[in-house]
Formats: sequence, C-alpha cells, structure tokens
Amino acid sequence: MWNYLIRRLGYGVLILIGVNLFTFILFFTVNTPDDMARLNIGGKRVTQDQIEKWKAERGYDKPLYWNVKEEGAAKLTETIVWERSVSLFALEFGRSDARAAVDIGHEIQSRMWVSLQLALPLFILQVIASTAFALLLVFFRHSRIDFWGVVLCVLMLSISALFYIIVGQFLFSRLFKLVPINGYAGGLDAVKFLILPIVLSLLSRLGTEARLYRAMFLEEIGKDYVRTARAKGLAESIVLFRHVLRNALIPIITSAGSYLPYVFLGSLVFESFFGIPGLGAFVIEAIGGQDFAIVRAMVFLGALLYIASYVVIDVAYTWADPRIRLS
Amino acid sequence: MPKFVFLWTDVVLYLLIVALAGYAWQVRRNANQRANWYKVLRDPAALSAAIVMLLFGAVTLLDSVHFRRALPPAPGAAADAPVFYSTTTDSLLDLMLARQYLMRETGYSEPLAYLGLNKEPLERDGQAVRDFPRLQHGGAHLADPARQRWPDIVARTASGIAIGLLVAAAFALLAAALLARGHGGLRSALRDLVADRTDVPWRAALLTLAVACVLIGPVVALMGHYHVLGTDRTGNDVLVQALKSVRTAFVIGTLATIATLPFAVVLGVLAGYFKGWVDEVIQYLYTTLSSVPNVLLIAACVLMVQVFLDKNPDMFETGLERSDLKIFLLCVILGVTGWATLCRLVRAETLKLRELEFVQAATAFGVGDARIMARHIAPNVMHLVLITTVLSFSELILYEAVLTYVGVGVDPSMNSFGGMINLARSEMSRDPVVWWSFAAAFGFMVTLVLAANLFADGVRDAFDPRARSFRPRVLRKPA
Repeated sequence: MWNYLIRRLGYGVLILIGVNLFTFILFFTVNTPDDMARLNIGGKRVTQDQIEKWKAERGYDKPLYWNVKEEGAAKLTETIVWERSVSLFALEFGRSDARAAVDIGHEIQSRMWVSLQLALPLFILQVIASTAFALLLVFFRHSRIDFWGVVLCVLMLSISALFYIIVGQFLFSRLFKLVPINGYAGGLDAVKFLILPIVLSLLSRLGTEARLYRAMFLEEIGKDYVRTARAKGLAESIVLFRHVLRNALIPIITSAGSYLPYVFLGSLVFESFFGIPGLGAFVIEAIGGQDFAIVRAMVFLGALLYIASYVVIDVAYTWADPRIRLS
Repeated sequence: MPKFVFLWTDVVLYLLIVALAGYAWQVRRNANQRANWYKVLRDPAALSAAIVMLLFGAVTLLDSVHFRRALPPAPGAAADAPVFYSTTTDSLLDLMLARQYLMRETGYSEPLAYLGLNKEPLERDGQAVRDFPRLQHGGAHLADPARQRWPDIVARTASGIAIGLLVAAAFALLAAALLARGHGGLRSALRDLVADRTDVPWRAALLTLAVACVLIGPVVALMGHYHVLGTDRTGNDVLVQALKSVRTAFVIGTLATIATLPFAVVLGVLAGYFKGWVDEVIQYLYTTLSSVPNVLLIAACVLMVQVFLDKNPDMFETGLERSDLKIFLLCVILGVTGWATLCRLVRAETLKLRELEFVQAATAFGVGDARIMARHIAPNVMHLVLITTVLSFSELILYEAVLTYVGVGVDPSMNSFGGMINLARSEMSRDPVVWWSFAAAFGFMVTLVLAANLFADGVRDAFDPRARSFRPRVLRKPA
C-alpha cells in the first residue's frame, strides 16, 4: 500500500508540474509582465521607468523562459518561470499583483478556516441527506413515493443554485428576518451566518446527488446477494441498511470524493453571495480585480487538493471494502 | 436590401443544423439507430420535452439570422451612391419584436402596469405633485386606465386563450388526419388520440403543444399594449430580454459541448486503441486538466481572452460582433477545459471494443490503424457521445449563470439568464420588491433546463440499456 501511495504522489507531482506550466504559459504569453505593470500602475501615461521599477519590485524583471545572459543551468533557473514555479512548490505564494500587494500565503491561511467552517459541515450533511433521501426512494421503489420523489429530484436539479440563494435570502433574511442577509463573525456567532448558506447549498445539490445515489442503490439491489439476504427472511430495512448500503459505499465515495477539493476551496458562489470571507470569495475578488498572482496560486492549490483528495478516496476504498488492496 | 451579417455563433449554429439533418438522414437508413430513436419518441416525457426544446430552438434560430438595415439614401445623393448600413445589427427576432423595442419606458414598471413603479415629481393641473407617472406605452391606449385596465386585460387574455386553443385544436386535427390511414378513418383516429392508444404518445405531445399555445396566445395578445413581464431599470421589456437570453443559453449549451467532441473522441479513441505510451500521455493530459477546479480554469482562460480582446479593439465593426466573438471563445474555452469526462468514457469503451472479434478480423485482413479507428471503433462509441452531449446541454445552461455571476461569462451587453439573475439580486432587495425580472429568468430557465433534462433522460434510457432499469415506475397491483 505504501508503495502505491508513493507512486500516486509521484504522479501527483508530475501533474502539478503540468498544471503549473500550463497556467504559466496561459498567463504570461498573452499578458506579458509589461502589460501587467501597466494595468496595475494604472493611469494614462505610464513611463518605461515606472514599468521597470514595478517589475523589479515584484521580481518580474527577468526573461520568461530562457535567460540568454546567464551561463549553464542558470540559463534555466534565472527566469520567471523557474522562480515562480519553485516558490509555488515550496508553498510560498508570494504577494498579489494588485497595488495593495497582500501576502497570498497569509490570506489563504486565515481564510481557509472560514471556508472549512462552511464546507465541512456541508460536505458531511450532504452525504447524509442525499443517502437518506435515496434510501427512502429505494425503500419505496415501484410506488408513487419513488416516482414523485424522482420527479422532485429532476425538478430540483433543473433549478440553478443562484435561484435557491436569491429566494432563500429573500424569504429567510428579508421576510422572516431569521438570519442576517450576509456577513460573517468569528466564534459561535458564525452559526447564524453559516446556517442559511449550508441549507441552501444542500438543497441545490440534493436533486443531482440523490438521483445518482438512487441509481447506485438500485444497481446493487438487483444482485444475487440481496436475493439471498431476502431469502433468508431478513426484513427489507435490514437488507437495505446492512447489505445494500454497505456495498453501494464504493460508488458513493467516488462521487462524494470528487467533491472534496471544493470543500477546501469553498463554494465560490455561496461564499461571495453571503459575504463569507473564505477562499471562494477570495478567488472571485481576484478574478474581478484581474489579479493573476492570486488566480495562479489558487489554481495550484486546487490541483494540490485534487491530488490529495484522490489519495484520500483510494484509502477510503480500502476501508469501505477490505477486498480492495492498493497495489 | 439589408446586408446580412454572419456572426461566428450564427455560422456554427447553421452548420449544426446541417449536421443534424445529416444525422437524421443517417438514422433513417440505419435500422438499429432508428429503433433507438423510436424508443425516445415513445417516451411521453421525452417527446413533450422535445417539443418544448423545438419551440426554444425556433426562437434561437429566429434570433440567429442577423443583418444590418440599409439606411435611406441621403437627400440629393446620386443614384449610384454607395448604400450605407445601420450600425446596429438586427435579427429576425428583433424584427418581430420591433414594437416592443419602441415601447421603451423610462424605468421599472410592474407586469401589465400602466403606472411606473416609483413616484416622480409631476405637474398636474398646474401644481407640482409627487405621484406615480403614467407609462408612455404600457396601457397607453386606455382613456381611463384605473377602471378600464382589468376588463381590457381579461378580454385580451380570453381572446388570446381562445386563439391558442383553436391553434391547438388545428394541430390535433392535423395529427388525426396524418394518423387516419393507420387507424381506420379520421373519427377513430381522433378517438384513439384522446384515449392515448397511438403507437407514439401523440396525446402527450398535443397536450404540451396545447399548453404552449394557451400560454403564448395571451402573451401575444397583450404584448402590443402592455409589458407582459414588466420593464427593467432602464425601461426595457423583460419579456424581450428573456426571449433574447434563450439564444445565449442555446449557444452555450450546444457549442460548448460540440467544442469538447474533437478532443474527447479523437484522443479517447487514440488512447484506447494504441494503449502504451500514447495512452499514458493522453491520460496525463486529461488528469492534469481535470485536477484544476473547473471554475478557476475557465476564469483563468476567460481573463486571458479578455486581455486579448482589450488589446485588439479594432477587430470588430459593431459591439454585437465583439460580444459574439466573446461568447464563441467562451464556448471554445468550455470545450477545451471540459473534454476530460467524455474522453475517459470513450477510452474505456475503446479498450473494450478493440479486443472484439470484428476489430481482430479487420486487423487480420490488413486494414490500417487509422481506418479501423475511423470505420470500426468511432461509430461504436457514438452512443456515448450522444448521451453525454444531451446530458451536458442542461448543465452548461446552468453553468453559464454561475460563470456570468463570477464575472467570466458572456459579455454584459449580451442578454443572458446569468445577467438577468445577476441584476435581480440587487432588485430583490429593493423596496418595493422588483420580482419580475427574477421570475421571468426563473420561468424561462427552469422550463428550458427541465425540458433538456427530460429529453436527455429519454435519450439515455433509449441508448443505454443499463440506465433504463433505474427509471421510476409505479407497478400496478394485479387486479
């Protein structure tokens, strides 16, 4: 298993290099450091001196990919692409390009916990709620409850998350005044700010997930061991909970696990709608302000988390099904 | 003679229709595919959804024929003077809605209102008062709107519904006439239609059409004199915006999926067929792509396109051409970043196919690799392509709204559901609440996405036998 994990991590590093190169080429060839300087200094008349100064301050004053002035290996290392990549791999994100020049690493650290507070309960509740709803439908399969339940799922997944947010905010914050419209506070106060986004996010994904899980359960329920269990005279609820649920865990883990990177990055839209200062809101602000340093750092972080979550999923497989051996 | 303008997305939509026609022709000749599509038709939900989609598709097509009107020649100009064209680009839909464009108010107004939403300083009988201003166009034909408005609206709605029902009845008769031969005469064909005893569930289809007619009739009857869905902040008719947004949604939904196909199919088949290092490289490519959170990747690409367009402002003659190129590039970006899922499926299927006897036979006969892939493998993965295409259509429409909210979607000058929702967000917190833009966007978008989802489910059930068993069915107890 360790062998497997090490191999997997090695592949992960390769992918990270690919992601990094890709974003670098994407950003720096279309948008040269000179353009970035001009954009960030602002104003109509920007002198070449100012641009040089800005570039020197941010460390953009080197060639992009290949330094002809240097000798040997320094041809490669004394370039922007090398310096930026190495610092990313060391998890030093540097400063943002905007005038305020915030320390990205520090921002990420402080915002990460906020995002987790929103996303972790959401993730857990999501899996529980979707599984419960799907099990209910499967328990009542071939009946009206199942039919209308699936109709409800299809209807729910046809509605954009934005509609849930706007209606939810309107009803619960404006009409009933149960929770504040948006904002965030630390400590226990956070609950009243987070409860509405969590519930709405849950609702907005319930249709998709529950329908998917239902299909997974139904696939299991047609198998021989279920018939055997029923033939033994087990009650339908025991068949479902003890046998079917256990065996459907594998596809559920795959499906829920693919959502794991977003747990850390935060639900972009929900955070920015509810004014929660997490990583998602950070990204949206950066996109709005065309701050490429932040976007690049977050792309890297996202890829890192994706790889990490895949390793977690693999380990979870072995827990859910002892027959699976990682090799 | 107007000058026709061919926007990027227009051309691709035309090509798409040609391709669809080609596909339909091919389906007609192939018994297997014909049987599968017949299954889709026999699913009442899918058939009804298809009709709704066709209606939206018609709006899209009307909105995809663009031209610039010729300006009247200057007085005293020579007869052979060059014709100048208007700077605005119109579509056929714009032409049909010309009256709605002329009915522009100055600010918010409720659906079917004759007064503006906000009080304004007015002069009445020589005195300055603050009151709700009368709308310039909405209900302007009424002398005493306070009393006449509701009777007028009811009368118009009723006549609209009546005409709608007549049209629906005409459709029913037409269907019966077409079925008459197989059902022994017109009368028994009608009876079979009502009792749902036809092979294809025409009753469901006709009911859908009837509902559509009953909805469209009153709207058409009212829209000449009222703003059926109200007006927005700058006095534009919300109904027009919603109709124009349909095209944006359709373009995103179709073009973005089509843009994924070349990568997904070619690379997927190559990876599955050659295995070895080709497979490794392609797997690496799509794992790398999918390891970046999608929204971030798209945002990054769109930002770059934005920078590129800002650097080259003189590439376009009109603003519409610019926003059109932007949405076209957005679709390309969605395609370039979104092919991983389908590629994975195609690769897995190809791995399975290449071991089958017919491929081995082809290899034994000395057929080349390229030919095997094109003639023997590609046609056999097409069902995956079809299922994925229809499934992702609705997802992309939903995605557009999110992207536009994040600020990396379509151009703000272009009507889109995302843009409408984005504005609705602040309108919902006004007092009094401006709910109609939101409601219009909601109604149109849910109808479109729901229809797309139901149609996609029908297609999946027909082409993927495994999916069929997950369909909810109410089992009747044996009597």
